[in-house]
Amino acid sequence: MISFAWFPVWRRNFLVWRKLAGPSLLGNLADPMLYMLGLGYGLGALLPDVDGVPYLNFLAAGTLAYSVMNSASFETLYSAFSRMHVQKTWDAILNTPLDLRDVLLGELFWATSKSLLSGIAILLVIWVLGLYEHFALTLVLLPVAVLTGFCFAGLGLSINAVSPNYDFFLYYFTLAITPMVLLGGVFYPTTAFPAWLAAIAAWLPLTHAIELARPLILGQWPQGMLLHAAALLAYGMAGFAAALGLTRKRLLR
Amino acid sequence: MKSPLSLRGLTKSYGGQRVVDGFDLELEPGRCHGLLGPNGAGKTTTLRLALGLIEADAGTVELLGHVLPAEAKQARRRVGVVPQVDSLDPDFTVAENLQTYGRYFGLSGKTIAERIPALLDFAGLAGKADAPILTLSGGMKRRLTLARALVNDPDLIILDEPTTGLDPQARHLIWQGLRRLISQGKTLLLTTHFMDEAERLCDIISVLDHGRSIARGSPRELIAGHIEPHVVEVFGEGLDEWKACVSGLCRRCEQAGETLFCYTDNPDKVVAELEAAPGLRYLHRPANLEDVFLKITGRDLRD
Ligand SMILES: Nc1ncnc2c1ncn2[C@@H]1O[C@H](COP(=O)(O)OP(=O)(O)O)[C@@H](O)[C@H]1O
Ligand SMILES: [Mg+2]
Repeated sequence: MISFAWFPVWRRNFLVWRKLAGPSLLGNLADPMLYMLGLGYGLGALLPDVDGVPYLNFLAAGTLAYSVMNSASFETLYSAFSRMHVQKTWDAILNTPLDLRDVLLGELFWATSKSLLSGIAILLVIWVLGLYEHFALTLVLLPVAVLTGFCFAGLGLSINAVSPNYDFFLYYFTLAITPMVLLGGVFYPTTAFPAWLAAIAAWLPLTHAIELARPLILGQWPQGMLLHAAALLAYGMAGFAAALGLTRKRLLR
Repeated sequence: MKSPLSLRGLTKSYGGQRVVDGFDLELEPGRCHGLLGPNGAGKTTTLRLALGLIEADAGTVELLGHVLPAEAKQARRRVGVVPQVDSLDPDFTVAENLQTYGRYFGLSGKTIAERIPALLDFAGLAGKADAPILTLSGGMKRRLTLARALVNDPDLIILDEPTTGLDPQARHLIWQGLRRLISQGKTLLLTTHFMDEAERLCDIISVLDHGRSIARGSPRELIAGHIEPHVVEVFGEGLDEWKACVSGLCRRCEQAGETLFCYTDNPDKVVAELEAAPGLRYLHRPANLEDVFLKITGRDLRD
């Protein structure tokens, strides 16, 4: 039976977010938009067309994936950690009929929701600036954002589970997120990578997200669409399973 | 009537150390039970086992008719918990905290909203519904935590050191609240290391040390069964010389720092001796639970 026991946890985070939605939205979205517009127009002026489109159009897909990834990661690392470790919100919830799976599912779906919101905001810019070929195809970016957010929310929760403090997250960003941004094709095509580097890049979750997002903006259906979607789903589910086991060890032993 | 909580042979080890060691407990409906023990005795671990948050290495837990840990979620529907560490939501107001917490029990917003005025009244927080948590004093936060534990109208309320860190006024307010719950027929299980708290509130006390139950009974039974009825505390100049000649008058003498505790059935003779000893000061009082506690758990510091 499908259980919605996690919903009050999602709702709790939503209500807190709603109180601070203005500044939080601004903080989440100003950064990727400025990147996209600054690099897109500034660097774009120096570049010939990339993959047959202006650089700004090329960058849009990378920015969307990047922004969705960041949003899910920050939520499941810094914000979830403060709820778990500092405010003891999870401990309070565990004294009620909810269990750890409900708490973590609530966090997972909440982080996914927030990253979808980031994706929508970038998509609005894409629409307003007309950075797409076929409008209908850009709508498929919404489920792509959900999958990408789900993937990085699951991964983030597993890192959160083993983190002794906030500083620990820096390792994750330095050793996982940043390499993904550089190898996953956010800022440039990876077609010129040597074979060994391309092979590594092909495994990265962010690569799968960009392989889905970029063609949709450039007006084509992605190649190997199901494979990329399944990879994102698998990474997210594996992350969540690890998070559940590790957090149980941490809080409930 | 069935016991709201029954623990049998409960055992839990951490790193090879038995933190809870063959512990038994059978709560009686409608009564207030105290779990008394020094720091690290295993009180919080016992409560976590009782709630099905952690699994025992051995032993059984039955909570409100449900066998744990398998049916922990159902069982917790009818339980209210005041945790040792405050966990109110700092981003919410007083009322929002209650609203949010009630949702975890599957209650509708309407049901919770109807309960909030009475809960705030109970907690002495009427008029504070819209106050942010940051503006509350320590005592108010603790009372709100108590109100939060009542949002699901529980049959059993479990409180882990409900008054630790509070000033005397705040403690008395919490005690008033707990007495009202007892008079409403709720079953309470509280941990404390304050003897006066246990003596005032609890019908039945289990003294816990190193995870084992070392004494059990009502406060009166414990005092009558473990200790002489009178205590004379003696301190001041010349204590050591006086100590040598008084030992015949007391059943038991214990020195802690500069104070000598004389336990006796017959305090008049001791007091007469003391009146004749200039430089010594004394305090004569009836024996209390603290004396029992110190006798059976020892005077060593536990931190
Ligand atoms: N999750 C845990 N992991 C390791 N040791 C623990 C854990 N929880 C409690 N302990 C240890 O078990 C002992 C009893 O702890 P606790 O039940 O919190 O005592 P009390 O509540 O009576 O002060 C302490 O020595 C404590 O350090
Ligand atoms: Mg404790």
